[in-house]
Amino acid sequence: MEDPVWRGMAVALMAAAILALAIPAAAQSPVQISRAPAGGDAARGEQLYQSRCGACHSLDANRVGPRHRGVFGRRVASVSDFRYSPALRKRSFIWDADMLDRWLANPIALVPGTTMGFRVPAPQDRADIIAWLRSQSAP
Amino acid sequence: MRSTDRVLAPRRQLLRGSAGVLTIAGVTALLGSQGAALAQKRNANAGQDVGLLNAAIALEHEGIAAYTIAAGSGLLQPAVVKIGVTFRGHHQRHRDELIRAVTALGGKPAAAHSDAEYAKALNAATLKNQTDVLRLALRLERGAANAYLGLIPSLSTAHQHQLAARMAGDEAFHAAILGNALGEPIPADGLMFGA
Repeated sequence: MEDPVWRGMAVALMAAAILALAIPAAAQSPVQISRAPAGGDAARGEQLYQSRCGACHSLDANRVGPRHRGVFGRRVASVSDFRYSPALRKRSFIWDADMLDRWLANPIALVPGTTMGFRVPAPQDRADIIAWLRSQSAP
Repeated sequence: MRSTDRVLAPRRQLLRGSAGVLTIAGVTALLGSQGAALAQKRNANAGQDVGLLNAAIALEHEGIAAYTIAAGSGLLQPAVVKIGVTFRGHHQRHRDELIRAVTALGGKPAAAHSDAEYAKALNAATLKNQTDVLRLALRLERGAANAYLGLIPSLSTAHQHQLAARMAGDEAFHAAILGNALGEPIPADGLMFGA
């Protein structure tokens, strides 16, 4: 019978090896940004939201980043009890599909000085996450 | 003429020994202005990097608090508490390295909130047993691995890239152990994190 401890260790070592190989290339390559396709799969977006955004964000609690329920259609930096960066507080746009797409592709390019550096490079992933956020924002 | 042409053309002339001689003072001035521009760019990036690294410190503060809350919850077996305390130590090391990086850039490291505030934000009151705690830990660790990978392209220096990558490796290690403890199958496909 396979030892679960060794199985866990093997998974961990494989993950670390993949990271070590993949990261330098990702860090040095220029990012080619394509716009997210219209529409998206909200169900897949929920899974992506948990795995990609969930380290810093929740729907209903402010954590490293502000809570997200209702973000679609909301004015930027408008969660009253979250402390935003000065760079975001100076802006006045509305979080629609286009702005969320640009933000997720490269937050610093959209709002230089923001403290969010996390990027979602794949257009379909962004479209799915945006579809999920929209589904959690609809009145 | 483009600005780069304006800089390079005199150098070419000087190297060719042409009639258009640039004085030593002129060369010094050119190099000096380029150096000042580079220094200004570095400073601008430093401010941006401080903000990004402080967000990572905030993430580590939350991770440290999560393991502290879990260890004191009474929901975990002693052996699991021991592993959690070890993982917390890893996150404390991450926090300390990030604080060192922010300080070196001239920034002020982000402060931690109280454990009670983290417990509320993480909805810890809903955790009823060890499996609930492990699921929360796995979600946070998996998210943290992805967060560091997604952050790398936004950081300015190779040192910061490597630091974030090393931390992503630790988070992936934690996620693998937690996934195994929960009986999750080994993922069929590679490139499990990032993208």
